[in-house]
Amino acid sequence: MARIGVVTFPGTLDDRDAARAVRLAGAESVNLFHADSSLQDVDAVVLPGGFSYGDYLRAGAISRFSPIMERVVDAANGGMPVLGICNGFQVLTEVHLLPGSMIKNDHLHFVCRDQVLRVENNDTAWTNAYEAGAEITIPLKNQDGQYVADEHTLDELEAEGRVAFRYVGVNPNGSRRDIAGVTNARGNVVGLMPHPEHAVEAGFGPDSREAGRGGTDGLGFFTSALNALLASA
Amino acid sequence: MATIVVHVMPKPEILDPQGKAVGNALPRLGFDGFEAVRQGKRFELTVDGEVTEELLGKAREAAETMLSNPVIEDVVAVEVVA
Repeated sequence: MARIGVVTFPGTLDDRDAARAVRLAGAESVNLFHADSSLQDVDAVVLPGGFSYGDYLRAGAISRFSPIMERVVDAANGGMPVLGICNGFQVLTEVHLLPGSMIKNDHLHFVCRDQVLRVENNDTAWTNAYEAGAEITIPLKNQDGQYVADEHTLDELEAEGRVAFRYVGVNPNGSRRDIAGVTNARGNVVGLMPHPEHAVEAGFGPDSREAGRGGTDGLGFFTSALNALLASA
Repeated sequence: MATIVVHVMPKPEILDPQGKAVGNALPRLGFDGFEAVRQGKRFELTVDGEVTEELLGKAREAAETMLSNPVIEDVVAVEVVA
């Protein structure tokens, strides 16, 4: 069975939900701790959301220097699937695995809503279970969620198909070009602000057309990783 | 004891939501006449003894690699304060 690690930093909030999503997708979840210096032979890693180190200095800035992140960077450069959600996305930009950065929402308020996203690139380790252009609804909750990068970097991301997700309907935080998530060139490292791990089980997700709280659009992230691991095995 | 002070500001081309909010609040309190506000960070690195060139170099490196994120921020000054 595939083993997917979920990292807990001091101040991480969504590690339990991420681990649960991993299990619902059919993989074994492995708890990893910020101070660990071993990835315990996991096949993929999820950096979950929260407020690691209280967002001190900048969101994700301190977590970047934790011992586990050295291992994660090595593994990511070797092709291991790595997903950063919300604060995890911020950590991935701070550690330079993904370009750009997140600043405070343009309207300055914390935002929490069910958000529609378009899957712009379904050829990554975390999106291959979706149709290209699929629109999915998953929760979004952040204060520092405004994705920014210089124009040159944004043009490059667009040209190389590295915008993985775009906000649909409403841009909830002022992100450049409605970007909700990006991927690295290889497609194994993906980061996004919204939370797929909160939309994996009927009864606990966003409202869907079929049922209240019925949305499970986030599960595809985790089954995608399993597909990617099978394909590379 | 001496202190090395590092000043970090959001890049000019990056919208500074916090500075903007402060700027909007000023006239409400009667502080008129300010065109715009940008909000940055000041770090004080205290040194036990003299600030050597080596320490200052380390402070500059820390300023560029950790205290600021070059994607969104500029280090505008690294100075020694007695």
